Order: sequence, then C-alpha cells, then structure tokens
Amino acid sequence: MSTPPALVDRLKEKAGLVSAVVASVASMDEAIAYVADVCANKEACQILASGCDAPLSDTAEALCETKQQKIVCAPDLPEEDVAKLTALCQERGIAVITKGMRGRLGGIDIAVTMAAAGIAETGTVVVRSTDEEVRLATMIAETHIALLPESAIVADSYDFEPTLVSWMGEPNYTAFITGPSRTADIERVLALGVHGPLEMHILILEGK
Amino acid sequence: MQDAANLSEYRKQLREALENEFQREALDKFAVAYRTSRANAFAGIDAPELINEIAVAKDEAVDHLMELYEEFKRHAEAAGTKVHLAATAREANEIIAAIAKENGVRTIVKSKSMTAEETHLNDHLEAQGLEVTETDLGEWIIQLRHEGPTHMVMPAIHLSRYQVADLFTEVTRKKQDVDIQKLVKVARRELRPKYCQADMGISGANFAIAATGSIGIITNEGNGRLTTTLPRVHVALAGIDKLAPTLHDALRIIKCLPKNATGQNLTSYVTWITGAVPCAVGPEGKKVHHVVFVDNGRLAMAKDPLFKQALRCIRCGACANVCPIYRLVGGHKYGHVYIGAIGLVATYFFHGRDKAKNLVQNCLNCGACKAVCAAGIDLPTMIKEVHARIQDEEGHPLYSSAAGMVLKNRTLFHTMLKSARVMQKPVAGGGYLRHLPMFLFKDHDFRALPAIADEAFRDRWEKIRPRVAKADIKVALFSGCVQDFVYPEQMEAAVAVIASKPGVAMEYPMGQSCCGLPLMMMGEKKAGRELAAHNMNAIDAAGFDYIVTLCASCASYLKHGYQRLFADDPAMAYKAAQFAHRVMDFSSFVHDVLGMDQEAFTGPSKDVTYHAPCHLCRGLGVTEAPRELLRDAGLNYLPAAEEDVCCGFGGTFSVKFPELSKELLHKKINNLKATGATAMATDCPGCIMQIRGGFEHEGTTFEVRHVAEYLAARLKRG
Repeated sequence: MSTPPALVDRLKEKAGLVSAVVASVASMDEAIAYVADVCANKEACQILASGCDAPLSDTAEALCETKQQKIVCAPDLPEEDVAKLTALCQERGIAVITKGMRGRLGGIDIAVTMAAAGIAETGTVVVRSTDEEVRLATMIAETHIALLPESAIVADSYDFEPTLVSWMGEPNYTAFITGPSRTADIERVLALGVHGPLEMHILILEGK
Repeated sequence: MQDAANLSEYRKQLREALENEFQREALDKFAVAYRTSRANAFAGIDAPELINEIAVAKDEAVDHLMELYEEFKRHAEAAGTKVHLAATAREANEIIAAIAKENGVRTIVKSKSMTAEETHLNDHLEAQGLEVTETDLGEWIIQLRHEGPTHMVMPAIHLSRYQVADLFTEVTRKKQDVDIQKLVKVARRELRPKYCQADMGISGANFAIAATGSIGIITNEGNGRLTTTLPRVHVALAGIDKLAPTLHDALRIIKCLPKNATGQNLTSYVTWITGAVPCAVGPEGKKVHHVVFVDNGRLAMAKDPLFKQALRCIRCGACANVCPIYRLVGGHKYGHVYIGAIGLVATYFFHGRDKAKNLVQNCLNCGACKAVCAAGIDLPTMIKEVHARIQDEEGHPLYSSAAGMVLKNRTLFHTMLKSARVMQKPVAGGGYLRHLPMFLFKDHDFRALPAIADEAFRDRWEKIRPRVAKADIKVALFSGCVQDFVYPEQMEAAVAVIASKPGVAMEYPMGQSCCGLPLMMMGEKKAGRELAAHNMNAIDAAGFDYIVTLCASCASYLKHGYQRLFADDPAMAYKAAQFAHRVMDFSSFVHDVLGMDQEAFTGPSKDVTYHAPCHLCRGLGVTEAPRELLRDAGLNYLPAAEEDVCCGFGGTFSVKFPELSKELLHKKINNLKATGATAMATDCPGCIMQIRGGFEHEGTTFEVRHVAEYLAARLKRG
C-alpha cells in the first residue's frame, strides 16, 4: 500500500518549519548523488564558518586540527551503496568512511544514515542508533542527511509505538531527530548547530 | 536561589530584582511571545483533553510508584543497567560518587537535569575532587557564573549577550565578539573536548518506562546524546515520579511538553536508551549504565491526598512563563531550586520550610499557572495549602490570627467597618481616602484607596428591594464585603438590571459575611472553614435557584473553594456542593439565565475596554458573557492587550507586596490606555478598587465601572 501523498506533504511541511531541508528522490542512486553534491558544494571546511574564526582556548583549537580532508561517514548504508558513494566522492577528493568516528571527534562534514521511520506530525525522522558509529556520526557531522523510505512515514508518534516497544526488548539506543541541533539559551535567539549538526536533510526515497 | 531569612529581607531582594531592567525586558518579551507561540503550537489540538489524559495517567502512575520501580528495575537489569533507589538527595549524590569511584572516573560531563539541581549534585561531586562540566549551553553559562537556573527550560534567560561574551572571554582567555551565533559556536567547540575526555556522563531522564526499563531524554542541543554516548559510564538521575508504565505514557507527554514549555512543536532530539548499549571504550565494548531514582520525599508525597498532584509535574516551566510575578522578578527570586508556581510548592517539600516560608506568600492567586499547567495541577490551591501548613507548624503571625478572629465573627467585623466609616471622616473626600499620614503607608502610595460608603448595601436593601408578586426564579444576592461597604452602588445597579426582568425574586440574606477568601490567602484555614460554614448557614441554598454575586473572587471561592474546604467532611461536603451548584457570577446570570440582550438596552455608542478578572476568566471559565453584554448594551468594546493578566490586586497580596502590586497595576493601566478608550468595565470590585485607585493616583480621568453599572444606566425604561 502506498503512502498517502498528504502524509508525505505533511512531513515535508513540518520538517521545513524546523529548518530541515526535505527533498524527494526517485532512487537510491539519486540519493547518493545528492549526498556527494552536498558535500562537494559545501564550504571547503564548514567548521571554519561554524566557529573556527572564533578565538578559542588552546585545548579546543587542538581538537579541530585533527581534520584534514572532507569526510562523509555512512555507517549503516548497504554495502553496494557505500561502494557507489565512495566512487562518486573519490572523484571529488572526498573521503568516505563507515566507522572510526571516535577518531574524528573534531568534526566531519556529512553523516548519511538510514531513517527507520518518519513521523509526519512533527517532521521527525527515527534513527536506530544502537551502533555507536551511527550515534556519533549523526552528532559529530556538520550536516546530517537521513534517507527515509516513503513507506516508513507514519502520521504520528503513536503509530510508531509498537515498533519502538519491540526494539526496547533488548539494549537499544533510538533517536527521534527533528531538524538540526538548536538552542535559544542566549536571549532566546535561535542558533543552529550547538553540539550537533548545523544542517539536517531528509531525502524521501519514493516508492521505497 | 531565594534564601531570605524573613519577609522584609525577601521584599528587599524583590525590590532589587525589580531594578534589573535587562531581566524585566527579557521576561516581558518572553511572556508576550509565549502566549502566541503556545497557541500556535496547540492549533488543531484539543489541549484540555490532552492535559486531562496526562493528569489521569500521571495520577494512576503516582499511586503505583514502587510497583513501577520494581518493574523498571527488572527490565533494565535484564538489559545490563544497574538501578538504584536513593531515599534522600544526599544518598543519591553518594551513590553517584561511589559509581564514579568504582569506575576510576576523574572527569564528568553533564546534560541538563533539574533533579541534579535539586540534590546539588555538582557540589557533592566537586567536593570529591571530580571535575564536572555542564554541557547544555544555558547550564554551562550559569555553572561558569556559579549561580542557579532562573527558568526550568531556559536557565540563563536572565543574562544578556554582553554578559555571555564577557564570560566566554574570561573562559577562553581570548576576546569574544558580542554575537550570539558566534558565542554558540564557541561553546560548541570549547565543550567538544570535554565530552572527548570525560570518563562519565550524567543525564537526567524525562521518562523512565517501567514496561521496558528504558529512559527517555528530551533535548534541543544534542548534548544529551553526546553525554550518553562518548564517556564509558552513563548515569541517569531521575525523581521516582518520572516512572511511567509504558512508552505510550511518555509519547503522550511529549505531545504536550515542548509545546507547553516554549511553544515548540517538538524538541530536536528525543533519545530512548534501553540497557547497556555498545560503547567502544567501555568494558567488553559496552556502556557501564546506571539509573538512580531519588525519592527525597516523593513517595510520602504520593500518599498525601492533596499534594500527590504535584508529582504530576512534567517540568515544562509553563507555570513560570505565565506568572505575572515571575515576569517581574525572575527565577532567582521566584524559587529556590524549582522555579515558578510548582517551585513554590516543591521548595517546601524538597528544600524545607525555611526556604519556602517567604516564597510561598508571594502568590496573587490569579490562577494563570493552573490554567496553563500541562498536567492540570491545581497550583494556587497547593501554594495556599503550603502556606497554611507552614503557619500551623511555625505559629500564625499576630495580624493573621487576628484577621481570622475578626472575620469569622460577622457582628464584630461589620461593627469595625462601620466605626471605620466614622473614623475616616477627616480624610475621606470624593469617595477616596485622602491626606492619609503616608509615613504609615510608605509603600502603598501607588493607588488612591476608596472611602467606606455612607450607607452599606445591607442598610439600603429594605428601601430598594423589588417586590415580586409571582416568582419564577429565586435569587439570593451575595454582596461580598467590598460591594456591601465600599461600592454599594454596584449592588444597586445589579438589582435594577435583574429587576427589569419580571418574575425574578431577590433576597439579601442579612447573616452573610465575608466569603473567606482573604483568610485562605493568609493561610488561616481553620477560621476560613468556620466562616464558610457561617455563610452556608446564613444563605440556605435549598431555598434558592441561584446565589448571584457581582464579585468574581467571591463567586469563584464560593463555587470551588468551599467544596475544597469540606472535602474531608461528608455532611458539610453535601452542603458545600448544594451551595456551590447555585453560585453564579452576575454577567453569566444576566446573559445566560435571564437571556438579556440588545432588546433590553438603549443608549448612544461609547468606547469601553474591559479587564477580565482572574477569578472570572480562569476561576469560573467565564469569558464571553460580559463582553457580549457590553456589546448588547450598545457599547463599543475595545479589547485591551493582556486583558486576562492580573491587575495586581490579589486581595491581601497587594498589602503584603505593594512593590509588586504597583508594577502590575502600572502595566494594566498602560494596556487599558493603549486601547484609546477612556472607560473600562469589569466584573470584580477588587479589580475596580485597584484600577480606579491607580488612575486616580496618577490623575488620569478614566471611568472604571462594574458591568452592572453600565447595564443599569442603559436599561430601556418601560
């Protein structure tokens, strides 16, 4: 049974309201090309724009110097898709990794992960993050791109409840992610990218 | 962190807080913005129904906390989590320090936890030589400043970007720009190494789900995810009231919490953790995972028939967002650790009588907190009850017990009022008390006080009472003290309006006295009960169809307060219910029962604005009747901004905290003037006394009258 277009539209609308970028793609190949493009078009080192020009204490400066090259981390994509992504990125001088995030805590450019579900009511994606690499990649990356199969979109959180309850039967770490990391702790002024991603993209995989 | 030794010291602190212009402006802006963003967030959602579902579910859980704890422990331990229950705050801190010790922990990162603030966890850990870093931006800022939060979800709302830039300059030893976006990035990068180095992460938990042994954490910044992921040890600290039977209970609360907290649809992150999850640097590649529940009086509270309600709290902070007093003085003076209305209650239970005794008196009883509460907690009633309990424990102040003695004796009270009328002669003029020796009333010189009327309503009644041959509806009039002795003309106007409809027989039972609300405000519960019983005896409810009053505060108290007073006494509870069912405010009676509309009135159009009394719009839920009556009477009703925000009277509140009352009155007057009207209607003589006195004091001509007076003046003569 196909997902009602109204549900897809609602997810797009609600995610857009919280500064997420939402796009539909016709195939996994298109999604992979999108990821490579976002990374290629991104500032050479977005981290610079996100605060490297700000004078920091010496410890904080030191951590940033660990990053040399543009990096995409794809911790939970199917192997053949990682291979395609790697090929596309190589041409553009971008490294693709699937693990080793603990060695990259200064920052990476992109995390691309699967989303287990989308919740239309709030523009949320559900990311299974029991694998530590997924957890770290989606927090350390400046841009998180979540690939959401259209059929995994539900109307509200209650619809996703049975699945999450079944996951909770064993050690599990699940994230509901709604837009990029944000704060309004200084004078209630919205700022994106406090501890996590500055950008959040949702790619809806049509017909999947 | 409010910790004044006595009321006068507390008032001094409040006056200092009033002078903090940045904070006042920040909180003003927030209060206004919150109103709109909350309404937008709940658009298309049946908020009262959602709130009711949360209340019912929380009540059910609170009745079974220990069973839920056992169930949680069983599931969590099966998944590799160690679960602890600490009886006291200190015990919780010790458990966490011991976990740190047995795991060789030296550095700790923390994500936001109000419970850790409650137990003063950081102090305890730091005393053991551990380095603790808060990672929520606001919490980090206040940690660096060595102060407590001023709001439960926006801990640094009292600080400006300039203060933060100075602070960050100090921390990084590099000059920082005054640019919020840049400052946030500085925090991002300064805190990142802290996560990398930390041996242990401490988080709170918004939910502990018994059915699966999982915890749920709500954050926006993502610091909760890093805190629970990078270090090899994770300890979650939660009040035992955070236990919920199922995931569904948590999902339900999430539908409400962010919307109610800041008008946000959902936070950026909701994190669900079950058991010891993979962790590359942990023993055997797994996280060392502990959940520490703290009782700290909660289990006993769960058995208290009134205060168990406080355990419904989901810590959204909305009760502060809408509190007119919080908005003036901020969280450091409007709470000890917990802030806002729930803070006034929680302080007594978690941090003791000494910290609560001044704080708890600082409540207008305006009901704004109750109306916005995500779990439908009757906060004003609990605040008054805490006050009453403290007075019972510490002894009642002389003025308070004296008031109790006088008010419960109607003859004595009314004789005193009549003597005051004679005594005031030298200072009374034009309806106000003038030339008062102001050194006696130093802080009260912000409004003109009315004089006591020459003839009380009760003394006029026989002369004006309408004779009705055939009565279809029998009404008992309840005047309240202010309309009886100060504004009898408002009662007369009401009698004229009601009498214009045939078949309504009115009585004014002479035995009636003060409704008793002032005693409740002063924490004089026992005298209040006696007074309530006296009134229920003086007005035999069974003999009337309606008990009508023009005073919103009396109406709300007669209708809801009396039933609460006698909830534990079946015989009296019946009487109180019988009485309460008949109580109605004047505007509703005239509009809904008598069905009076434009046919009844005549007169030229005129601009009139309105002030919605707290006890009418929230206490009784009456919003449309008075406004429609004004329109029906041919008046051009011009809505005022923040029409339903308290005028600052609050009965005895304005006597106890004149500096706050004055500021609230000032705001009200400015909002009324901004409508362009020069006349205002309302449904409460207390509000009239305050607002009219404010205009009179500043020398502005502005007509302030009861709805009944406008209606009476425009009745078609037939």
